[in-house]
Amino acid sequence: MSETLYYIIVVFGVVTLMMTIAPGLIWFERRLLALWQDRYGPNRVGPFGLMQVLADMIKIFFKEDWIPPFADKKVFVLAPAIVVVTALMSFAIVPFAPGISVSNLNIGLLFFLGMSSLGAYSVVLGGWASNNKYSLLGSLRAAAQMLSYEVFMGLSLMGVVMLTGSFNMNDIVLAQKNRWFIIPQFIGFVIFMIAGLAETHRLPFDIPEAESELIAGYHSEYSGMKFGMFFVGEYLGITLISSLIVTLFFGGWFGPSFLPPVVWFFLKTFIFVSLFILLRASLPRPRYDQLLSYGWKLLLPLSLLNLLITGAIILSG
Amino acid sequence: MINIIIDDKEYTVTPQKSLLEVCLSLGLNLPYFCWHPAMGSVGACRQCGVKSYKDEKDTKGRIVMACMEPVREGMRIGVFEDEAREFRAGVSEWLMANHPHDCPVCDEGGECHLQDMTVMNGHAYRRFHFKKRTYRNQYLGPFVNHEMNRCIHCYRCVRFYRGYAGGRDFNNFASRNHVYFGRHEDGVLQNEFSGNLVEVCPTGVFTDKTLKKHYTRKWDFTSAPSICTHCGLGCNVIAGERYGSLRRIRSRYNGEVNGYFICNRGRYGYEFVNHEKRIKKILIRNTLGDLEETDKETVMMHAAQLFSARAAVIGIGSPRASLESNFTLQKLVGKSNYFQGVSGREAELMNTILGILRKGPARSPSLKDIEKADAVLVIGEDVTNTAPMLALALRQSVRQKPLEKIKAMNVPEWQDAAVREAMQQEKGPFYIASCNETNLDDIATKTFHGSPDDIARLGFEVAAHLSATAPRVSNQVSEMPALAEEIATALKEAKRPLVVSGISSLSTEMIHAAANVAWALCGSGKRAELSFIMPEANSLGTSMLGGKSLDDAFEAAVRGRAETVVVLENDLYRRTAKDTVDKFLDTCKNVIVLDYLKNETTAKADVIIPVGTFIESDGTFVNNEGRAQRYYQVYLPSDPNLMESWRWLGEMIGQVKENSKPSMNNFADFTNALVDSYPEFEDIKEITPPPDFRIAGEKIPRQPHRYSGRTAMLANIHVSEPKPPEDPDSPLSFTMEGYRNEPPSSIIPFYWSPGWNSVQSINKYQIEVGGSLHGGDPGKRLIEPDPKSNYKYFTDIPEAFKIRDNEFLTVPVYHIYGSEEMSNLAPGIASLIPKPYAAMNPDDAGKLKVKKGDEINLIMIDQSYRLPVEIKREIPKGILGIPVGLPGTPHYVLPAWCKISGNKT
Amino acid sequence: MFTILNSIWQVFLHTFRKRATYQYPEKKAPLSARWRGRIILSRDPDGGERCVGCYLCAAVCPVDCISLQATEDENGRRYPEFFRINFSRCIFCGFCEDACPTYAIQLIPDFEMSEYNRQNLVYEKEDLLISGEGKYHGYNFYRVAGLAIKGKDKGESERESPPIDVKSLLP
Repeated sequence: MSETLYYIIVVFGVVTLMMTIAPGLIWFERRLLALWQDRYGPNRVGPFGLMQVLADMIKIFFKEDWIPPFADKKVFVLAPAIVVVTALMSFAIVPFAPGISVSNLNIGLLFFLGMSSLGAYSVVLGGWASNNKYSLLGSLRAAAQMLSYEVFMGLSLMGVVMLTGSFNMNDIVLAQKNRWFIIPQFIGFVIFMIAGLAETHRLPFDIPEAESELIAGYHSEYSGMKFGMFFVGEYLGITLISSLIVTLFFGGWFGPSFLPPVVWFFLKTFIFVSLFILLRASLPRPRYDQLLSYGWKLLLPLSLLNLLITGAIILSG
Repeated sequence: MINIIIDDKEYTVTPQKSLLEVCLSLGLNLPYFCWHPAMGSVGACRQCGVKSYKDEKDTKGRIVMACMEPVREGMRIGVFEDEAREFRAGVSEWLMANHPHDCPVCDEGGECHLQDMTVMNGHAYRRFHFKKRTYRNQYLGPFVNHEMNRCIHCYRCVRFYRGYAGGRDFNNFASRNHVYFGRHEDGVLQNEFSGNLVEVCPTGVFTDKTLKKHYTRKWDFTSAPSICTHCGLGCNVIAGERYGSLRRIRSRYNGEVNGYFICNRGRYGYEFVNHEKRIKKILIRNTLGDLEETDKETVMMHAAQLFSARAAVIGIGSPRASLESNFTLQKLVGKSNYFQGVSGREAELMNTILGILRKGPARSPSLKDIEKADAVLVIGEDVTNTAPMLALALRQSVRQKPLEKIKAMNVPEWQDAAVREAMQQEKGPFYIASCNETNLDDIATKTFHGSPDDIARLGFEVAAHLSATAPRVSNQVSEMPALAEEIATALKEAKRPLVVSGISSLSTEMIHAAANVAWALCGSGKRAELSFIMPEANSLGTSMLGGKSLDDAFEAAVRGRAETVVVLENDLYRRTAKDTVDKFLDTCKNVIVLDYLKNETTAKADVIIPVGTFIESDGTFVNNEGRAQRYYQVYLPSDPNLMESWRWLGEMIGQVKENSKPSMNNFADFTNALVDSYPEFEDIKEITPPPDFRIAGEKIPRQPHRYSGRTAMLANIHVSEPKPPEDPDSPLSFTMEGYRNEPPSSIIPFYWSPGWNSVQSINKYQIEVGGSLHGGDPGKRLIEPDPKSNYKYFTDIPEAFKIRDNEFLTVPVYHIYGSEEMSNLAPGIASLIPKPYAAMNPDDAGKLKVKKGDEINLIMIDQSYRLPVEIKREIPKGILGIPVGLPGTPHYVLPAWCKISGNKT
Repeated sequence: MFTILNSIWQVFLHTFRKRATYQYPEKKAPLSARWRGRIILSRDPDGGERCVGCYLCAAVCPVDCISLQATEDENGRRYPEFFRINFSRCIFCGFCEDACPTYAIQLIPDFEMSEYNRQNLVYEKEDLLISGEGKYHGYNFYRVAGLAIKGKDKGESERESPPIDVKSLLP
């Protein structure tokens, strides 16, 4: 088997998997939310309501693909693609199991950070191109939020990098063979998780789309599959952040040997996805200014402190 | 102007008014019941109580009735003080104590003054737990429904019916809290204005009986400002539509024209619009001679074919069609091929009148001016039956002279009870010269009954007494000179003398005599007014457009110049003798008729095109005063082929002359084209705002904001609502969306103001209560007199009437119910149309040995009629009064000699 | 901080609670008598139509989905000639019931009125009129209103004195 063929299989495998998981998550989230709200959630279409996703997909594909006459058409079409593309690109560096990863990049972590920064464009451009006051307000909020939280998202990971001495994701996982980084880098984990929530603008940090204030924020004007792309992009984001948490802090594919490594990886990932959903079910949305001051005044100093202490320990050790 | 203080705020107000009028004019919501702006105050209901203070030191004050209190300089009033409010709420509570619990089934509900005032006073809970007083109702004829339990005893009905309209068969009965308003027994209300009780009554005692048959609440009407078409006065009305049929007509206030009221013919004649005789489809005669339905394209192609080949096309206009329709017809067939749709005699009379009004020094008065006249001479008109609202105005005019005296006694005009007490039966000079008795004879100082010629002679004689240069009548007979002198003296003494005449007697001499009298008065420096009564809504307008008469059209047909004739909204059989019309229509190869009702002419037509009545059309009428007034389409008919006449004709012009691309598309285009051709009509552009007029970017809605059922009324046809129709012709919209505040006076589709759901909300639309509407009363006078006119008196004094042995002179007799073409089709009016008869003097009857009810044969314009005899003392000897237009009597009665054969049945 | 964690924990515990959902078509929810569902027209205790065609329901309807035409029968009773509700527009706000002066129009606890064809949601009087009194018992408008109908002359309503003899001047 040639190396090219292997990579083609892996790349298509990852894309297919992710594109299946993302819609699957929609069903998963609805069921979980329902569970925590004492309801059933979608349970009528197919077994356990699984086909609900399919029904929704069919519906969304057949909806009128409306571009408002006042919108900037090119940018309007481009924006939803960016979010999906950047999220999928990020998966390139995720090591699912020994040898199963699209690219064993030596600057893997930096690549992820770069991609997540690019992802911010989708939201900003989408809101801007809609030429609608709610969309614009949403995208402005998104710009500020993502800019702020990206700063210490990177910083919070530096502890892990320092402990490993590499940006390569494979190396980071291998460095956790005996001890997961959650133990030395607990603060780093907490900050990364919060920043990750903010990056994917999930509840409780869904300020850019806050339904009760901005209708749907930056994607107010979107319909049909363009809206669907934003939607899928969000679930891709959740999966991505969860899989990174697993990779960076919870030992990646490592686990007791009665299960294959890739299963361990996905198991851990789904626990974090569920945690994301639990957070959505339980926490209220903070005010916009609260979000920013929380980021700049608490999380940034905390991540710097974490970096300082980690560095000090490494130096002293 | 004087200053008064209301609730510690100073206002500058008009003196000599009642405090109530002043408060309402200032926009203060002071409740009232018995006061009516046209009828003044009597202080019967105690509803308008306010606090009055002696001076600034007076803290106690006392309650007075605002309607009975004249305003005085420096007066201090408390309108919205607690004590005054409590007092008024108390009055509401008393009035409601016996009011039945039946608003849901009351036709007044939703536009009830009593409801408005009760809400305004804040009376909400009933404390009176005893039994309610009840009454039995009466049958009052086909127009007015009676529900006496609802009465609050404000006396407005009696004051209107007896005091204002001069009715005699309605009164108040019994005493104290048993007072009853009605007739002495069940029966039809005789007065021609009884329909106004519906609007005068502040609650639901008197309601519109024709509306009840297809009842609709006020908020559910699609209404538009319209003009009544049932006589030549052009009273302003509001027409209301619901579910595609016309539901009712109400008076639309116009301070210059009809004021607050309209006559029964105008109010109840509307039902012809919903009549089963309506033409709703385009019909074309096929080769078998039957009429069959066709579509617009076919009929347009057919018309184009007929018009393009040879120019032998003539058009016959109509005085009941709008200026625009007549003009467009003129444009379609060419000016020389256009004929006024009236007989030669009528066209000649109208031209005479037009000449008198245009060139003479006497002004044609508005109805408001007529009310103010203080000496009146009526020459040859039965005003009540030919122009009813003018008769109502004349009834007010006889009060003018005695009123002067009363005003001199320092009693203000609005103190109605005091004024009537002081006036008693006194009346100003009012003289009637007519062939027959009239309904105004009771207020006449003297009446003169004679033949048309004798009446004209009396007129000439009066003029001769007024001016030395006017021709004098020779060969005087009987009492005439003395009467003429008396009339002349009375007119000379008056400040605003008025002469009323018209074309109903079809006598040129009478018109000339009337002109002579008015001009002679003008010559002596008086502000004399001259009012001519015309039979149809646009009689004056069509004669201003000019054109030859029907007689000329008939001649043209004989000479082969009329292969195709286009008849516009005109039943030719009502214009002249049947044989003539038959011959004419047979001569013409193609008869195209545009009309809205099937009639004898449409029966002979080859192409029948359905057109809108005044309800489904926009248009302009010129009334007898020379006032051009616009009427608006009330609703869009569901059938797109039912268009305005002018739109049909305009499209034909497009088809024939402009290669199917019409240059005139909306109403304004037609009006502008009319003005371009006839500069005399320049002012009609200014009667109304243009179609693109908007307030705050919005049209004026025809439907009130409470309009209901929009998503259900057509849901049985299809559950998706159709697109609302658009109106390219006016600034009004067919929906409830649009500008909600007060529109300009000429486009008020309905009266409503917050808290004022009843007709009383008119107060809010007037500059001053009872005065002009904001922005001036609608309509523009097109004809003004020439004060420096170089007039010459007419000298065509006829010979005195000579009785012939075997012949009678027929004179037309008119009936308010029956003589008008359209209103006859309204079931209510139809039920009151008198039976055909021939009226004669008792002496003549004696000579012929006939009694009342005996049938006689008579031959008139080559047609024989068999009519029962009616005996009337007022009809002069040798004259036969023949009612016009009733089913079974001729539509067209000339003063002509006729023979009576087969005297007895 | 602790409260946030606590609330997350509390929400998590809901995993083990009982579901509040009624599995609708299999199991029906109990509806209260005042539930605002399908609209009906009721009859008075004597079996006559209660609706007198006063148009108040139509006027108050915020979506204008009620349309009717009032008419009068030979007994002097008013009734609607037609009465149409477009349920594809109705928002079941119940204003019509509030506005009705005769308890004729009522909203009842029935919401199962879905249709595949929207046209079938247009209900005419035949579809609306029931043969009972609905929620409000015992009320008959004509017994209290001052209007005379056949079988109930003037002065025979509740709390009414006999008609006045206009020709009498006695106190």
